[in-house]
Amino acid sequence: MEKQVILNAKHLELTLKRLCHELIETHNDFSETVIIGLQPRGIHVVQRVKEQLVNILDKEITCGSLDITFYRDDFRRRETPLIPSVTNIDFSIENKNIVLVDDVLFTGRTIRSGLDALLSFGRPKSVELLVLIDRRFRRDLPIDANYVGKAVDTLLSERVSVEWTEIEGKDKVVLYSKENDE
Amino acid sequence: MNNLSVEHLIGIKELSTEDINLIFKTADSFKEVINRPIKKVPSLRDITIANLFFENSTRTKLSFELAEKRLSADIVNFSASGSSVKKGESLVDTVNNILSMKVDLVVMRHPNPGAASFLAKKVDAKVINAGDGTHEHPTQALLDAYSIREKLGSVKGKKVVIIGDILHSRVALSNIYCLQKLGAEVMVCGPLNLIPKNMKDLGVKVSTNLKEALEWCDVANMLRIQLERQDETYFPSLREYSMLFGLNKEILDSLSKKIVVMHPGPINRGVEITSDVADSEQSIILQQVENGVAVRMAVIYLLASQIER
Repeated sequence: MEKQVILNAKHLELTLKRLCHELIETHNDFSETVIIGLQPRGIHVVQRVKEQLVNILDKEITCGSLDITFYRDDFRRRETPLIPSVTNIDFSIENKNIVLVDDVLFTGRTIRSGLDALLSFGRPKSVELLVLIDRRFRRDLPIDANYVGKAVDTLLSERVSVEWTEIEGKDKVVLYSKENDE
Repeated sequence: MNNLSVEHLIGIKELSTEDINLIFKTADSFKEVINRPIKKVPSLRDITIANLFFENSTRTKLSFELAEKRLSADIVNFSASGSSVKKGESLVDTVNNILSMKVDLVVMRHPNPGAASFLAKKVDAKVINAGDGTHEHPTQALLDAYSIREKLGSVKGKKVVIIGDILHSRVALSNIYCLQKLGAEVMVCGPLNLIPKNMKDLGVKVSTNLKEALEWCDVANMLRIQLERQDETYFPSLREYSMLFGLNKEILDSLSKKIVVMHPGPINRGVEITSDVADSEQSIILQQVENGVAVRMAVIYLLASQIER
């Protein structure tokens, strides 16, 4: 496995800060907006975005987490059953503007499941998508993000991993590729 | 471990402790799902399930049906009354006929012990035992243990007494296996002639004194007297049984600590449990019913995920 760092800790922080300002541009004071992170990895992006937004706006931001396991389209196509994570949406999404958050946008299938899962909580006014990394030109479904941290061109065999201090020990985004690929 | 070690759910005896914990963990997520505004997930939309009930049932049948519908499975229902079973068709023939209509999973209740295990060997589908005679009723035991875990935080180290007709109860046997695998201590209590001889071999305490048993326990699981399975008279009258082994408010309040009261249903009010106890704060009878749906969703989900596409 070859490693290539796409974003280091400093760039990652700058990128998150920029995304926050983009969000504020559209959502003003977040009075009608809630942020929902997709389990398992999107919630860490939400955590960072929330910290920054609270810093800038000096008010509480409503955030939740959404598990999409039961909505996936690859049930029974895997060796072992998918084990769910926790969904935590203890507020009404009725008529709210939703910002759905995930770390990497790749085929778009996770986001499709996420939309289905989200709509079983009610009828939001609008749904937008924020991703830290967009592996562009690799979509299986017609899905696109409204806010992109960084777009990268990748091969199918490669893997993009967003890593956080609290889990992997260091903030960074890494591209892993098999050595025999060009 | 993310996969069950068994291919069918015949009894708790065959399950490992990890299996039970996996089922509980999955049930936690489904419990959250069934409290959403839209209580349905699309996981099993390409799975067909047959519910075969050769014996009467209200709760279990409804609970399985709801669980299946909330997983988006297609279901067919069958009950022995009003079917060709009355015309002399055998169990395997009946089921194979249903399976040739492309059914992936069978939920079966049958009056004969071992019917589910027999079926699992004969047919090419997943089998979930919803009660086979006096043998096992695994999903009931799972939901009972799940309810104890929810109420008391864990099952390990807890003392559970099962009171009533142990001899004819599949719930009792499944509960004993399940609770012991999760590290609880189990006692059975009832008239001696309604307690099977092998209880000591299973490592279960035996008591014939209700008050003593209740003082010992953290949780009391009250069972119904299964008159339909008793082919002889085991005690002089229901009234006498009720006086000696019925749980009433007076005994409950006289105990040194607050115990949790459970009942798998159907309740015979005034026999094994009085109304004021069944409806009291200490009773978790209705929570058991709610948890039943979540636990059954988990079992079906985990078994269905093993079906090859």
